[in-house]
Amino acid sequence: MSVTKRNEEPAKKAVKESAGAPPVGLTPIYVMGKRYEVPEGLTLMKAIEHAGYKFIRGCGCRGGTCGACGTVYRKPGDYRLQVALACQKTVEPDMHISQIPFFPANRAVFEFDKLTVAPEEVFKLYPELFRCVACNACTKACPQGIEVMDAVSALKQGNIAGAAEIAFECIQCGLCTSRCFGELMQYHMFQLARRIYGARIAPRAEHLAGMTEAIADGRYEEFLDRLQGMSEDELKELYREREIEPVTAGEDWTPEDKAYL
Amino acid sequence: MQLAYYPGCTLKTKARNLEEPAVASLEALGFRLEEIDRWNCCGAVYSLADDDLIHQVAPVRNLIRVKEQGNDRVVILCSFCLNALKRANLLMKGDAEKRDTLNRFMDEELDYGGEVKVLHLLEVLRDEIGWENLAAKVEQPLRGLKLAPYYGCTLLRPREVAIDDVENPTVLQEFLGALGATPVFFPESTRCCGSYQVVSNPGDIPGYARDILSSAVMSGAEGLVLTCPLCDYDLGKGQDELVKKEGFKGMPLFYFTQLLALALGLNPGVAHFELNYGSPEAFLRERGLLS
Repeated sequence: MSVTKRNEEPAKKAVKESAGAPPVGLTPIYVMGKRYEVPEGLTLMKAIEHAGYKFIRGCGCRGGTCGACGTVYRKPGDYRLQVALACQKTVEPDMHISQIPFFPANRAVFEFDKLTVAPEEVFKLYPELFRCVACNACTKACPQGIEVMDAVSALKQGNIAGAAEIAFECIQCGLCTSRCFGELMQYHMFQLARRIYGARIAPRAEHLAGMTEAIADGRYEEFLDRLQGMSEDELKELYREREIEPVTAGEDWTPEDKAYL
Repeated sequence: MQLAYYPGCTLKTKARNLEEPAVASLEALGFRLEEIDRWNCCGAVYSLADDDLIHQVAPVRNLIRVKEQGNDRVVILCSFCLNALKRANLLMKGDAEKRDTLNRFMDEELDYGGEVKVLHLLEVLRDEIGWENLAAKVEQPLRGLKLAPYYGCTLLRPREVAIDDVENPTVLQEFLGALGATPVFFPESTRCCGSYQVVSNPGDIPGYARDILSSAVMSGAEGLVLTCPLCDYDLGKGQDELVKKEGFKGMPLFYFTQLLALALGLNPGVAHFELNYGSPEAFLRERGLLS
């Protein structure tokens, strides 16, 4: 009983569906089927909070990069299910929204050091890859606009680098997996592809070794010692006087003082 | 001349020895196989259930890719991909109700009505280049090689999508003839290799292989010529077992495209003979066709 009560608490702000046009500046939305009037321009996440809900999970960075607030919604007169990150999308009139903060997907266990770049590595760890029927529901469900099905196809074709590149901006919200007809675990497969790509396929940054060696040889020691010896005022002065890249600078901009580059 | 080309997944992994010699050979014959962008799996097996439209989505989507990239035809090397795409194409052309359902389901794509022509590479060689022209381009005739053309099922069945006569196909014989080889007729040339049945019944592989390969041997063949990666797998695996357990002598299995590259005098590296069953490299060296 107490559980029901707690869950119903946000309903204090709920208004009847037949309430008619909301006051100016307010937008009607439906959170898990219940109507609320919220200020225009709020993100879905803030609108849900405005309606009285409190996020304990399903809310991470609030900046569109952590993938914790995957949300599905529909609007009247449109059969299509739409997706968004609750922290990024602003409210639209009459949208019915529901967050899907997590979607279960088994992640394969592997010893990364033993993995090679062979396509069969992915096939063995995620054999359900071949259940894909190319329905493209995954792509339609991606709030990042990734061509998810193309990345799945790339994996089937043994093109791990291609999959890693197509799915580079995946934030693992899991909405693709929630919609998959073939019950694939796309977001875990892509993570595997990116890991193999990063460790075994992508070209090494050749300057990195030289740079770490230079640092180990004490390239910045003198400068760091000097910083540590400064007073607070001296540090502030140094910070204020620093050379700043102009807003209009082109890609080839370099500072006057190149001592520490 | 440029030809839109659909490879299929297997040609990018296990069957690079089918694809790479084809691309190189066509280049030498003045055609460029231009791989279409954003293709997906062909669906592998054409679904026979009348109302199972979800399994037509994959092949139709590929045909849409061909069309949206400005092509009116597409060339395929793998028999299974050919079969799936050709049959899905017929469905889209001939069944207005299912066409409508599929087009509505793929509401993010162009509407499709079977406009693309689906061709097998052998059809391009036969109908556009012609056997005489092909023979004229041969640098290293495969003289003296007695080769049995094996069609399997999916190039020829069902009749509506066959690239040749269903009962008495000749396209591979003619192809081998143009390359200077001696085609050997054998009774099992259009028999099924076991297809995907061998996945659920792996014990059946040697049976299919025994019937087909011994028929070829008894007809005087020294090697088998294939068009399909699944035939290659079933017959190759089966032969390996027969060699191990029954003292079968074994013969090299070739993809037709490897023989094409070899006859055109291309660098044998493109043929990837090292990926074949039945040690074709030793055989070709013995016959003076490989150094």
